[in-house]
Amino acid sequence: MNTNILEIKDPILSIENLSVAYDKNVAVKDVSVGIKKNTVTAIMGPSGCGKSTLLRVLNRMHELYENIHTTGTVLLNGEDVFKMSPIKLRRRTGMVFQRPNPFPTMSIYDNVIAGYKLNGISQKKAERDEIVERSLRDVALWDEVKDSLTKKGTFLSGGQQQRLCIARALAFNPEIILLDEPTSALDPVATSKIEDLLITLKENYTIVMVTHNMSQAARISDYSLFMYLGELVEYGKTKNMFTNPQDRRTEEYLTGKFG
Amino acid sequence: MKVTGIKDNIKLRINKDRIFLSLVVLFSVITVSPIVLIIFKLIEKGYKQLSFSFLIEKTPDTLQAMSAISAHEVIPGGIANGILGTFLMVALAGVIAIPVGIISGVYLYENQGKLMANLVRNVSDILQGVPSIVLGLISYMWVVKHITHGFSALSGSVALSIMMLPMIVRSTEETLKMIPQTLKEAGLALGIPYWRVLFGILIPTGFSGLMTGILLAVSRVIGETAPLMLTALGSTVINTNISKPTSAIPLLIWEFYNDPNMVDLIWSSSLLLMIIVLTFNLVSKQVAAQRK
Ligand SMILES: Nc1ncnc2c1ncn2[C@@H]1O[C@H](COP(=O)(O)OP(=O)(O)OP(=O)(O)O)[C@@H](O)[C@H]1O
Ligand SMILES: [Mg+2]
Repeated sequence: MNTNILEIKDPILSIENLSVAYDKNVAVKDVSVGIKKNTVTAIMGPSGCGKSTLLRVLNRMHELYENIHTTGTVLLNGEDVFKMSPIKLRRRTGMVFQRPNPFPTMSIYDNVIAGYKLNGISQKKAERDEIVERSLRDVALWDEVKDSLTKKGTFLSGGQQQRLCIARALAFNPEIILLDEPTSALDPVATSKIEDLLITLKENYTIVMVTHNMSQAARISDYSLFMYLGELVEYGKTKNMFTNPQDRRTEEYLTGKFG
Repeated sequence: MKVTGIKDNIKLRINKDRIFLSLVVLFSVITVSPIVLIIFKLIEKGYKQLSFSFLIEKTPDTLQAMSAISAHEVIPGGIANGILGTFLMVALAGVIAIPVGIISGVYLYENQGKLMANLVRNVSDILQGVPSIVLGLISYMWVVKHITHGFSALSGSVALSIMMLPMIVRSTEETLKMIPQTLKEAGLALGIPYWRVLFGILIPTGFSGLMTGILLAVSRVIGETAPLMLTALGSTVINTNISKPTSAIPLLIWEFYNDPNMVDLIWSSSLLLMIIVLTFNLVSKQVAAQRK
């Protein structure tokens, strides 16, 4: 048992002995970690250390690659995610990508409701309206777009588009939201809006975010996970990790010696 | 000394530029002149026949044409049987080729680098090079002999659909490849099943690309003659039954060519065919431009 890895009681998401390999190339090595409900957890580490791979296993998006193999288990609220249908799992987890990617042919409204509409879930208009409004309010976009819901999502600014993508991910009321460097394509103003947003979102959601930006992790995350060459090196409260890293590699990364 | 040297040099360069420019203009004119001459000739010789009745009446028989010529009148009748036949057969070819082509294109897109997909892609490329008359022959063997037991619009459509197929396959694959992978991922991450992601997100996003491919394929086959001679045969009546022989504009042009009394109709029919093909071409360019 690695003493540099904090144990979480009653985790909403529990990763146990997870290893992931692309063919023979092991990208995630025997990672065990629990994620606490209603927190922001940051996944940090140098490029290529397996952050995205780990994140994508959590909603089984890794299955899009055919050469990928996993061992270990992931439990979402105690349920084995590898045993549920990926479709159900993905409705219970929202995912946000590096570049804002609203569906280009759809209006703002349709982007938010896309998960329902394209799943063929029949709803009354009022129900849809309510979901769209709630999701857009959640990402603080409602006031900016409420009069232009029929406009294409791609007409928005980069930061607004990313908030729209978060709203789209929130529409199903997911138990956990996975974000892979959600601000790396955005300017500082848009970035800080998203950061503020994530802090407010954790009241109702659990957030796991990959970030390259250490100060961002320090600003908004409660827990931090440091990975190096596929290994989970250290995991703990962000405050503790930044002030008193336990592992030499964490310290070197946080002080900018590599990465 | 030095200064004049530079001046001479500049003069030389300017002259070189001029020569080069005139060559460019000359060759451009050579390139566009055939099409200009063709259109000019078609309009000159064909406009007289091109009237509303030309579009809605069926072909005259050779006696009607002969008596009109001897009376120095415009040949009566039109080519409605050919126009309708062309649209009927091309539409039916599209109904066959579009779904098959799009599904094959999706298959190629989803299986990049795999052996089977490479094989399919190569076969599709080879198909593009098969002479159209051979495709007509194949359709004759399959459809005329075994399905409709006689010359038919359906057999013509099958031949044309095989011609359209490779273009639709290719344009589907290329269009899908240009769509950012993350759109597909965003759809799947919402728990949307793959086929709904495909039809609800990817295909609408690439719609203009697919449309361009389809329209180009249509404009490619709309003027085909050889495969139709072996399959649709031609008909003097307006036919809407796909199991019966059917006329088409290019078939009529060939028939008019073989009948001394009908020669005048060649020009107006060709002009109409040209207008139709150019329209499809222009529309597909317009659709392609819209996506940028
Ligand atoms: N589709 C793939 N096929 C094969 N190997 C892959 C694939 N995707 C990632 N890898 C490899 O797996 C390892 C981890 O990649 P991953 O993308 O998870 O890293 P990351 O920490 O997210 O990096 P970055 O910070 O650059 O985004 C790397 O060595 C990478 O080369
Ligand atoms: Mg990554």
